[in-house]
Amino acid sequence: MPSLKDLKNRIESVKSTRKITKAMQMVAAAKLRRAQDSAEASRPYTERFNAVMAGLAASVGSADGAPKLLSGTGSDQVHLLVIMTAERGLCGGFNGNIAKLARTHAHDLLADGKTVKIVTVGKKGRDAVRRELGEHFVHHVDLTEVKRVAYSDAQGIAQDILGRFDTGEFDVATIFYSEFQNVVTQIPTAKQIIPAAFEATDDAPTDGTIYDYEPSEEAILADLLPRGVATAIFSALLENGASEQGARMSAMDNATRNAGEMIDKLTIEYNRSRQAVITNELIEIISGAEAL
Amino acid sequence: MAETLQFDLVSPERRLASLEATAVQIPGADGDMTVMGSHAATITTLRPGILSVTHAGGTDDYVVSGGFAEISATGVSVLAEQALPKGDVTQEVFDGMVKAARDAHAKASDFVNEPGPVDDAAKLLADMVAMGDTIGLSASN
Repeated sequence: MPSLKDLKNRIESVKSTRKITKAMQMVAAAKLRRAQDSAEASRPYTERFNAVMAGLAASVGSADGAPKLLSGTGSDQVHLLVIMTAERGLCGGFNGNIAKLARTHAHDLLADGKTVKIVTVGKKGRDAVRRELGEHFVHHVDLTEVKRVAYSDAQGIAQDILGRFDTGEFDVATIFYSEFQNVVTQIPTAKQIIPAAFEATDDAPTDGTIYDYEPSEEAILADLLPRGVATAIFSALLENGASEQGARMSAMDNATRNAGEMIDKLTIEYNRSRQAVITNELIEIISGAEAL
Repeated sequence: MAETLQFDLVSPERRLASLEATAVQIPGADGDMTVMGSHAATITTLRPGILSVTHAGGTDDYVVSGGFAEISATGVSVLAEQALPKGDVTQEVFDGMVKAARDAHAKASDFVNEPGPVDDAAKLLADMVAMGDTIGLSASN
């Protein structure tokens, strides 16, 4: 039986924990808004981009001599997995779910006799897969210092990946991130970025307009494909940002509620023990008086 | 009243403009071109330069670097990698852009065997400097 003093200390400590989780929840809510806004703002670009690329890819892609970024290297022996997670924890299953998906994927590939190389973006994902797949790591991108994800961050990652592709380090690249559905649902997603697959969104106008291309179809495609990689990474980063904050918000909401329940339970226990102590003292006084 | 066309300027980070324009001057990779209503459907890549939009309320200038423009009979969508209203481009911002181009050039120069990337990067840098001259900013060394 803990003493009254112990109980009081416990209650105080849980109360301050609750304050912290509550504050984190509110910060996450504010950040989520911002993250959602930037994800929203990037959507017109991504949609148009993919629509144009889908058109271009359809007309050039099947021809011989199509860029390798589109048609692939003709082999799928070496896979590059880009695992994008958060830099910080305390956000529920967010990092774990992405890491789990990537791990399963990697083990499937390894079982098929493929070679796996891993690039991690975000510290938490790196920690989560290091034990099992640490020997496959080739690069790590640190975004700890980045307050707000900018397109240039995505460009940096894309350039690194494209550099590796140019030197023939891998054949297929897949990114792992979490798609933001709503505050309670984030879906871990795997998306292949090299060779690129562009799907025209349903609402995109496919009126079959025949475009003139300046300078030429091939030149435009060669110019745009690397940008496509950056665009895909950028939108994944934004989705990830929103997902992270959403996951953190609901995790902290749970934690706050749990702390509240715990405080109630501890307070009842405290009151009971206090009552018992008082009763005990009274009994001692009364029996002492009677003995006289 | 001249024919108008729908003009959209989007960068990956945000939508900068969406309005009815009468004419749009685009810094295309093969040279500047002005797009008005009922233009032939064209897709062109951009070089760093000034994009100017004429609309009922006057003319807006934007600094764009890289990307492409999709032109149809009824509208123009410019998807620029980097786009800023001309007024927002200070010497500081411009220096940053020139530095990025310079770095890319220096990096490309490492691949001495392939002239392609070096030439591209050199052209990018030259375009960037030329753009600075146009808007009255100097590319310091």
